[in-house]
Amino acid sequence: MYLNCRVSSGFNGRLPFNLDLNKAMETLHGTSCTRRWRGKVLFLGLLGFVTIIWGFLSFNDGSLGMREKAPDMGGEKACILQQHFNVSKSQLLAFASLFSESDQIASLECTKEPGPGMMFGNVISCYLKVLCSDEEAENEEAKDQCLVQDENIRRKCDVSLLEDTSQTCTVQSTVSANRICEKEECAKENSQMLCTLVIRCWWAFVGMIMCYKLSGFSKKLWRNKKQKLVQKVKEQPLPRRKQPEKQQQQPPKPPKVAGTWRKNLLLVFIIFGFITSLWLWWHLCARDHLWREETLANMCDERARMLQDQFNVSLNHVHALAILVSTFHHGKQPTAIDQKTFGEYTERTAFERPLTSGVAYALKVTHAEREQFEKEHGWIIKKMETEDQTLVQDFITESLAPAPVQDEYAPVIFSQETVSHIVSIDMMSGKEDRENILRARATGKGVLTSPFKLLKSNHLGVVLTFAVYNADLPPDATPEQRIQATVGYLGASYDVPSLVEKLLHQLASKQTIVVNVYDTTNASAPINMYGTDVVDTGLLEISNLDFGDPQRKHEMHCRFKHKPPFPLTAASASIGVLVITFLVSHIFHAAISRIAKVEADYREMMELKVRAEAADVAKSQFLATVSHEIRTPMNGVLGMLQMLMDTDLGPNQQDYAETAHASGRELISLINEVLDQAKIESGRLELETVPFDLRSVLDNVLSLNSGKSNEKGIELAAYVSNMVPEVVIGDPGRFRQIITNLVGNSIKFTHDKGHIFVSVHLVDEVRAPPDLMDEVLRQGLNLVGDVSNKTYNTLSGFPVVNRWKSWEGFKSIRSTTPEESDMIKLLVTVEDTGVGIPLDAQSRIFTPFMQADSSTSRTYGGTGIGLSISKRLVDLMSGEIGFVSEPGTGSTFSFTGSFGKGEISSLETKWHQYEPAVSEFQGLRALIIDNKTIRTEVTKYHMQRLGISVDTVSCPESACVYLSSAGNTSLSTELAMVVIDKDVWDKEAGIILHHSIKEHRKNNVESLINLPKILLLATSITPVERNVVTSLGLVDKVLTKPLRLSVLIACFQEALGSRKKRLLNANKPTLGKLLRERRILVVDDNVVNRRVAEGALKKYGAIVTCVESGKAALLKLKPPHNFDACFMDLQMPEMDGFEATRLIRGMESEVNEKIAAGEASVEIFGNVENWHTPILAMTADVIQASNEECMKCGMDDYVSKPFEEEQLYSAVARFFESV
Amino acid sequence: MDAVAQWRNQWFDYTQYLRREGFLDDQFAQLKKLQDENSPDFVVEVVSLFFQDSEKLFNNMARALEQNVVNFKQVDAYVHQFKGSSAWIGAFRLKNVCINFRNFCEAQNLEGCLRCLQQLQQESTALKNKLENLFRLEQQIVAAGGSIPMME
Repeated sequence: MYLNCRVSSGFNGRLPFNLDLNKAMETLHGTSCTRRWRGKVLFLGLLGFVTIIWGFLSFNDGSLGMREKAPDMGGEKACILQQHFNVSKSQLLAFASLFSESDQIASLECTKEPGPGMMFGNVISCYLKVLCSDEEAENEEAKDQCLVQDENIRRKCDVSLLEDTSQTCTVQSTVSANRICEKEECAKENSQMLCTLVIRCWWAFVGMIMCYKLSGFSKKLWRNKKQKLVQKVKEQPLPRRKQPEKQQQQPPKPPKVAGTWRKNLLLVFIIFGFITSLWLWWHLCARDHLWREETLANMCDERARMLQDQFNVSLNHVHALAILVSTFHHGKQPTAIDQKTFGEYTERTAFERPLTSGVAYALKVTHAEREQFEKEHGWIIKKMETEDQTLVQDFITESLAPAPVQDEYAPVIFSQETVSHIVSIDMMSGKEDRENILRARATGKGVLTSPFKLLKSNHLGVVLTFAVYNADLPPDATPEQRIQATVGYLGASYDVPSLVEKLLHQLASKQTIVVNVYDTTNASAPINMYGTDVVDTGLLEISNLDFGDPQRKHEMHCRFKHKPPFPLTAASASIGVLVITFLVSHIFHAAISRIAKVEADYREMMELKVRAEAADVAKSQFLATVSHEIRTPMNGVLGMLQMLMDTDLGPNQQDYAETAHASGRELISLINEVLDQAKIESGRLELETVPFDLRSVLDNVLSLNSGKSNEKGIELAAYVSNMVPEVVIGDPGRFRQIITNLVGNSIKFTHDKGHIFVSVHLVDEVRAPPDLMDEVLRQGLNLVGDVSNKTYNTLSGFPVVNRWKSWEGFKSIRSTTPEESDMIKLLVTVEDTGVGIPLDAQSRIFTPFMQADSSTSRTYGGTGIGLSISKRLVDLMSGEIGFVSEPGTGSTFSFTGSFGKGEISSLETKWHQYEPAVSEFQGLRALIIDNKTIRTEVTKYHMQRLGISVDTVSCPESACVYLSSAGNTSLSTELAMVVIDKDVWDKEAGIILHHSIKEHRKNNVESLINLPKILLLATSITPVERNVVTSLGLVDKVLTKPLRLSVLIACFQEALGSRKKRLLNANKPTLGKLLRERRILVVDDNVVNRRVAEGALKKYGAIVTCVESGKAALLKLKPPHNFDACFMDLQMPEMDGFEATRLIRGMESEVNEKIAAGEASVEIFGNVENWHTPILAMTADVIQASNEECMKCGMDDYVSKPFEEEQLYSAVARFFESV
Repeated sequence: MDAVAQWRNQWFDYTQYLRREGFLDDQFAQLKKLQDENSPDFVVEVVSLFFQDSEKLFNNMARALEQNVVNFKQVDAYVHQFKGSSAWIGAFRLKNVCINFRNFCEAQNLEGCLRCLQQLQQESTALKNKLENLFRLEQQIVAAGGSIPMME
């Protein structure tokens, strides 16, 4: 038990620290620690459990060892033995050797079991000491050698000096030994019970752990469920988002219930532990008490019996003496006994009656015989001094008065030397003695007096009286017969105190017990025969004593000398249980509170998570809304800025405005991106499915980026495989957005060299064997082989990364499952020769707002959101996006997307715009001179889109060869143009080419007029170069890359003659058409302005009249007039534009009213019913003269000054288009 | 042909130079576009008109600025007018000076105004010379039978 306490206390001593540590860790690691912590608790619990089990085992061992150890005490007991039994030396030696053997064993045991066993032994030994010390030495010995009990007993008998008592001793010791054994068993039982008790406690503990684990398990289950729930919720689309909140509101209940349940359990456990400890205390105390009681009873009985036995023995002796007297005194004539003989004999046999102080014989003398008797003996019968018994010390026989006259006398004739003083005293004269004598002769048995102070010795004593009969009486003789037969009385005085004293001396543990002997013949007034009045120590054991006299009753009262010692074992056991309970409950309390805390934290986390998610959704929505809302005013700002820039501005202002405009545009694009991101994030972005022309989308992207690429001198090209259908069904806007984004990135990260190449293929093409691939696709395959050449087989000759790697990981490419017939998968690749992406940044390139590194944004600007959006868009198109990048070489991005196959007829928009052009060029033939295969392919692709058949040669020289051979073989179609790339063109080559063409045509005179046009393809060309090239006449037209359909068409049309130009422009109403033959009044005070405006308007075919002031204008515009419109300057001296307009409108309305009222005929006013001349303000400052102000004074619109064709057109179109 | 090409090149360089230096801007190119068979001397006409007008305006401005109590509003109106005509013919630098001038007028800074006027006169003279050179070159080209190239 102690060990248990120690062990567990040791553990618990450490435990809080661990807890603290864990706590500290917890705060660091949060919930993630919980499981580990729980594991630790479990581990600790297990460890504690194991330790305690081990403790128990060692406890049992200890109790065993204790038994072995008990002999150790034998040594100490030896002296007691010596004292009480006068054990001979040899026997003692024998004992000693025996004990030392067992000692050795004990010490062996001890060495075998260090620590706990010893401790237990000690504890138990002291426990036993209490137990043992109560026993007499012999019993002790017997107990010590329980195993060799019988032998011991025999030996002990030998040892015993008193032969006649040895038997009883043997019996007693056997009894006591048995009893001790029983006691030991009891102790063992006790300890076993303790064990079972504690084991029960531990079962409870284990049970609690199980409960706890179970609850934990169930909680885990619950949590899993919840996680699933959350996941499910996450998967749900937006409209159902609100549900999780509701669902997550309800779970917090169970843990709370579990928590209180656990707390209740803990409380129950504590109460149970408390009760257990109390019960244990009570139980052990009761056991102790019971044991004490039993011990006391045993000891008391033992003593009583011993006393009784010894008394009986001496009674028998007295009886024998009586018979002796009867035989030798009365039976013999003359008597063989006289006083001397009797005295001697009794003196010599006194050892047989150790308890009697003396014996005397009194003769029955009747009153008639008194005189004779007195004469015979020579003394008179004396009376006993009854009333003066207290003063016995100076008892003198001579001083006693002669006995009074009575019927009968019983004078003492013989007496032992010790009581010789009572000779001649009449025993009948003492009241007690008389009764005694009478009773004795009537019963024929030994009769006792009540205790009284003995003569002389002053001790309390009793007198035993036997009647001596003159004849052998039958056992069933009547009292009368006995009285008749009585001849004398033998009395023996017993000195009770010394008797008891002697007896007690023989027994050990006299110190622990107090013995009182009472005569209880008179129950109401017991007479204390032995022992002092001791304080009540609680327990009292009463044993009856039978001294052979049925008339007298004696009792022995036994008490422990000391109050029962404090039950240390019980206390320690119960305190131990209590401590364990508290420690365990402390652990559990800590655990529970920890669990509660963790749970609370967890709930908080969940709540926070929900809130965070809600906030995320809200953020996305907010972004979407705000971005959208910002766009509207931003467009206003941009428009106004545009207008501002069109006005007269100083160079600084212009610069500011341009910067503002550029920033605004950036902002708009950023907002659009954010809006996209937010839309995608909130799942609101849905892709359109409309048919569109993929190639024109690509053209569009290219033309958008052409400015930037030309600025940087980067070659930009697009290529679409022939396998890709003309029209696909999908979301053109988003498709374009992705490509624009990728191309934009490429341009951003590509400096002044190389190219950006966009190519579109079918995914199936990539999977096809190499010989079925087109030239562009093969590029990637051949890349490695061509590295040996200094120039690479790429678009611009610069090295690129292996584009094949960029789609290596695509599932759609690796999978061989046939696709649906009406769906196609496109693979778009954007290849650049830029700086590349650093390797460490490649993994997070698709994360929103993440650029290659933070310095990127400083160097290149941008938000880094584009790629993320692209990825999401590609995801929406059920495609994949990937890239391969090598710092220093470049990057290639690839993505796939699913599109539907569309019919050409389904597309009605732009296509038709180019259709006449396409038909125009259909069947023409062109020669491409280029040394780069890919570039040739790209050019070819564009030409073929226009239906032009293409031949390719790699250099001007071979072109000449080609031309001459072509001339000879008289091809079916005429060569309409020669397209030469600037890379292979120089002045000499140009001249050679020029001449070669002329030569070639010399054979054919009729086609001399229609020489093939030479077109120069240039990535970037300065105006000077262009001027040089064109002015020399070696080249008819310069085509600036990127190539795209519209540019090609325009260029070819220009080059091949303007006759076909009108075809294209016929559909489009132009400013010239609108303004032709219109009469326009220009009002401006500034002569230069007037002249320029006039010139500009005249250019469009208008008939212009100029006036220099508002007043003049007023006159001119007074109805009826034939002006179709008026352009009016706002700021004029005398009468500004506003006022002039107001006045004009006034006049007009007057006339209109007149006409309406019929006051004036319509004819007078030129057959116009409602006069309203369109007046357009000419203003340099759009902001200053705001639209509203113009409108307020009756103007119809405004045009910026100087005229911009677009704006002028849009303004004028309103008025003239309908006419 | 060689002479014409040379002149053309010269003309090209000269226009590039004028634009680079900011004497002229896009508007001048626009103006050139307005010139066609119907009005072959349109640009020269407009430019001479402009210079006549500017002479008059300069005088007006100078007079206005000489007054004891300068009517800045009046001066501003003149400058505005001049700025308008400068914008029309695409005289970029003159236009910018006008903008400064107007700022000074608004601030009623007489000194600044005078300085600007001076600057205007200088710039205008410089522009006049440059344009005369250009026109002479064009005349040469035309006389030699070449065509005046379009300004980009």
